[in-house]
Amino acid sequence: MHVEQLQQLVAEARDRIEAATDLKALDDVRVQYLGKKGSITAQLKELGKLPADERPAAGQKVNEAKTEVAGLIEARKQALADSALAEQLASEQVDVTLPGRRLPEGSLHPITHTLERIEAFFAGLGFRVAEGPEVEDDFHNFEALNIPEHHPARAMHDTFYFDAHRVLRTHTSPVQIRTMEQQKPPLRVIAPGRVYRCDSDLTHSPMFHQVEGLCVDEDITFADLRGVLSAFLQSFFDRDDLATRFRPSYFPFTEPSAEVDIQCVHCGGDGCRVCSHTGWLEVMGCGMVHPNVLGHVGIDPEQYTGFAFGLGVERMAMLRHGVNDLRLFFDNDIRFIRQFGRTG
Amino acid sequence: MRISIQWLRDWLQIDETPEELGHRLTMAGLELDAIEAAAPAFSGVRVGRVAKVEPHPDADRLRVCQVEVGEAEPRTIVCGAPNVHEGMVAPVAVVGAVLPDNFRIKKSKLRGVASAGMLCSARELGLAEDAEGLLALPADLEIGADLRTALGLDDYILEVDLTPNRADCLGMRGIARECSALLDRPLNENVAEQTGAELDAGMAIRVEDAEACPLYAARVLDGLDARAPTPLWMTERLRRAGVRPLSAIVDVTNYVMLELGQPLHAFDAGRLGDTIEVRWARSGESLTLLGGDQTVELGEQDLVIASATAPVALAGIMGGADSAVDDDTTRVVLECAHFAPLALAGRARAHGLHTDASHRFERGVDPTLVEQAMERATRLLLEICGGQCGPVERAGELPSSHFEQPIRLRRPRIERLLGVTFEDEEVERILAALACQVESTDDGWQVRAPRARFDLEREEDLIEELARVHGYDRLPQRLPSPVAPAERPSALRGLRDQLAQQGFHEVISFSFIGAEASRAFYPTVEPLGLANPISSDLAVMRPGLWPGLVATAAYNQARQQPDLRLFEHGLRFVPDASGLRQEPRLAGLLGGRAQPEHWEAPSRRVDFFDAKGVVEALCASVDAPLGFRAQKHAALHDGQSARILKGDRPIGWVGRLHPALCKQFDVEPVYLFDLDARAILRAPVAQFAPLSPYPSIRRDLALVVKETVPAGDVLSAIEELELDLVQDVRMFDVYRGKGLNPDEKSLALGLILRAFDRTLGEQDVASVTDKVVEHLHARFQATLRQ
Repeated sequence: MHVEQLQQLVAEARDRIEAATDLKALDDVRVQYLGKKGSITAQLKELGKLPADERPAAGQKVNEAKTEVAGLIEARKQALADSALAEQLASEQVDVTLPGRRLPEGSLHPITHTLERIEAFFAGLGFRVAEGPEVEDDFHNFEALNIPEHHPARAMHDTFYFDAHRVLRTHTSPVQIRTMEQQKPPLRVIAPGRVYRCDSDLTHSPMFHQVEGLCVDEDITFADLRGVLSAFLQSFFDRDDLATRFRPSYFPFTEPSAEVDIQCVHCGGDGCRVCSHTGWLEVMGCGMVHPNVLGHVGIDPEQYTGFAFGLGVERMAMLRHGVNDLRLFFDNDIRFIRQFGRTG
Repeated sequence: MRISIQWLRDWLQIDETPEELGHRLTMAGLELDAIEAAAPAFSGVRVGRVAKVEPHPDADRLRVCQVEVGEAEPRTIVCGAPNVHEGMVAPVAVVGAVLPDNFRIKKSKLRGVASAGMLCSARELGLAEDAEGLLALPADLEIGADLRTALGLDDYILEVDLTPNRADCLGMRGIARECSALLDRPLNENVAEQTGAELDAGMAIRVEDAEACPLYAARVLDGLDARAPTPLWMTERLRRAGVRPLSAIVDVTNYVMLELGQPLHAFDAGRLGDTIEVRWARSGESLTLLGGDQTVELGEQDLVIASATAPVALAGIMGGADSAVDDDTTRVVLECAHFAPLALAGRARAHGLHTDASHRFERGVDPTLVEQAMERATRLLLEICGGQCGPVERAGELPSSHFEQPIRLRRPRIERLLGVTFEDEEVERILAALACQVESTDDGWQVRAPRARFDLEREEDLIEELARVHGYDRLPQRLPSPVAPAERPSALRGLRDQLAQQGFHEVISFSFIGAEASRAFYPTVEPLGLANPISSDLAVMRPGLWPGLVATAAYNQARQQPDLRLFEHGLRFVPDASGLRQEPRLAGLLGGRAQPEHWEAPSRRVDFFDAKGVVEALCASVDAPLGFRAQKHAALHDGQSARILKGDRPIGWVGRLHPALCKQFDVEPVYLFDLDARAILRAPVAQFAPLSPYPSIRRDLALVVKETVPAGDVLSAIEELELDLVQDVRMFDVYRGKGLNPDEKSLALGLILRAFDRTLGEQDVASVTDKVVEHLHARFQATLRQ
């Protein structure tokens, strides 16, 4: 065997390896030169014919040739794999700017968002959520709340009624009574829900939402009422320095009674259309639970005192979200509701 | 209540600006609504006297007047007012004056005659809505004086909203009392003197029900000139209070009501006779009210003032037309009475009336005012209209009431309610300023409230007064001691959020619907109807949430929103034998495309199984197996309607809106579900089950059954076998058509098998599938598809 012949074989193999364009062709080359019957492998078998002293050197040459060809094949294999991958990647390219595939998210009603925000604050102070019927009896809606028949406050309620004894609740305050009938102090509850008044125009809806709150214990004073509601309003409107003021007012079921104003969130108190140029917005009614109300449900007003409050949810939602028309809440136009998303 | 600050100064000194006073009142519970100037801005208007009136040479309707305005020479002013006459005192806008609406007075010529100003009517000065001629001023005003000063027009009116408990502030004197307490300034009480009888003209008064009318006083005045002009100071005050001046007699009764808060009424004595009865009306009686436009049918609940023959007034509400005073009246019966709030409660409203008198009597009028108001009105009438008065005739006496019982005010109770202590002196000062009689006791005070304060009945009422006058904003505030945060029921929130994640929008629809919609959706329910609905489409309480959802869908579809997923949570109202059930429901609606429009492929429309899938997802964690049973519902498509079962208990419905209802409510096809919210809210706490370390094997079966066999029954039949190895069964295809009879379908089931103790072999699989096939054959004649 001649060294020249071996070099010839290696050169031949290199050309063929480079010419191989896929793994199959490359493998054919491998078999042809390095397989059991391959031409380089055959050279090893030829070694026996050489004189013993020439064999080691010749063997080394053949092995070198084998290693070289194997290396060339491996390199080519990698190159082919690389280009195949590159091709695959190129062919699988997508237009990333096309819209993704998904169900569009729905949304919760802004009133729900507002209620949840209110509930979350009061839950933190230990107020539990209480519920009551919407078709309410005269006793719970009026009598027990110290509003006897013909009380002028009744005329102000624009009540929807069914018969002599049943009405659509005009406020969530009856839930106060129902709670106190069933549980004894200490009590901390809020009652969110729908309420109804027989009135419908630009600024009145025959159905709207209120949240009633009640806190009865042995040591509850007007100072607690002010503290809780000021903190609530500051939290609700995300303003630690939100000014609030408490004005004396009148509700038959509280004494003393107050209305709560906040500094106008629209103009910051300078006066604008939203606050009728007063700088203040009336947002809540509240007071210390009237002894007659406690008496109606068998709680001793000498031992216990409490405060109660009520707020209009739509008004709070309007202020927080800048909604300028009450009726939007009940038109249920999804273009409106969608704006509030899942988180409000 | 409209408060003229100048009028208030009859009783006390007011140094505050209108804004300051308004703020103080607001912060004391008399909420300021608006501040109004008593007269619009104008300047350069003086008190003038018409010295001479001559005809205009070139105009019939115009007169050329010489008017003295405090200058050396009178001014020549051309005037067209019909009532201009020599000697008249009237406002003159001189050249340079600026009238309301920035109307500037310039030197001008009217039909060739130069005019150096303008004689003004009340309307031109913004003091009245309309006027028939020049504003006649009192003759005693200083000629040439500025009109604003002369008439006190630089006054402001505070419009204040009164809460129903503050009837005492429905008179200027009551407001003055309040201001005196708030400003800590003395009150100058001027009590009207009594006028002795000059006439021997008695009345017989008979009161039928002393509880309804505890005190009735009347007196005859004779020789009055009903045409006498009401003095300007009075009409000005009436105007500022928002009451239109009418004629002297009526004006005086109104004036005294505004001043003291006690309504009065003047009858023409000639039409009344000499007997007055206060009695309950008899059914069948009627009364034509003042003004003559309205006749009310009276009933036994109406308290009336009657002559010997017929009712002449609705007591405490409004007088009758027949006995009304007019310009020819010379003899009147002046009525001043106390009616109990309960006797009048609701009566005005029942007749569609609301008057100044009823407003006051319903809220409570201080009964001691009867006497005072009578005397005050008498003097004013005699001053203005002349004449003489008879003796005051009375029936009844001052009503007794809780006012006789002193209220105990305990010192510690103040702190108990307000969270702060008050100095004794402060307590006593405030209560005394509010006209309470205060007496010290060991633990506090004994307090007698003034009779005007119907709202001061008990200790808490007095404590509120202390807080109110002191100022709520000066009281302390604190957060109550913390307790453990309340556990919030999160289940509803979770379900809402789940729906929102699936693309649903939450809606809130009215709880009342039209009777027709109720009938269409829930024909078997007799809905609870409102006695006074706002409109016929909001007349009955909804027996379910679907009508609202469908109406909302129609509303949105009409606004180019075809793809809709809506839900609502709220009560349904179902009357039944045991009463009214008010039950929370969670209901939803799906319509339009199942997926949003996408570039990749067209999307299909939603169908029954989208709706059912939503229900399945909502009920994923309920504590009993969920089932669906084909069942008809009036509102749903007969073939696409299912009752939803939790175990054996029906908890709702799912299906496609009936095509007839689609048409009736003008809505594109939609699918609906409705669930008992309480049934799905409580999810049991998840319990761990062990996992098998061995692989599962899947075996698919194609089973041919009759078309009538519900797929769900096939699945439950496999469940009934309770085969330990069967971990799951999936229905992955339903095939109809080639190779099957027309009344057959092939259900493709995938059985997932797994053991906890070994890897399953072919034998295990064969044994399970044989059992399943055998059982399904026995139950449904199911055969393996070849």
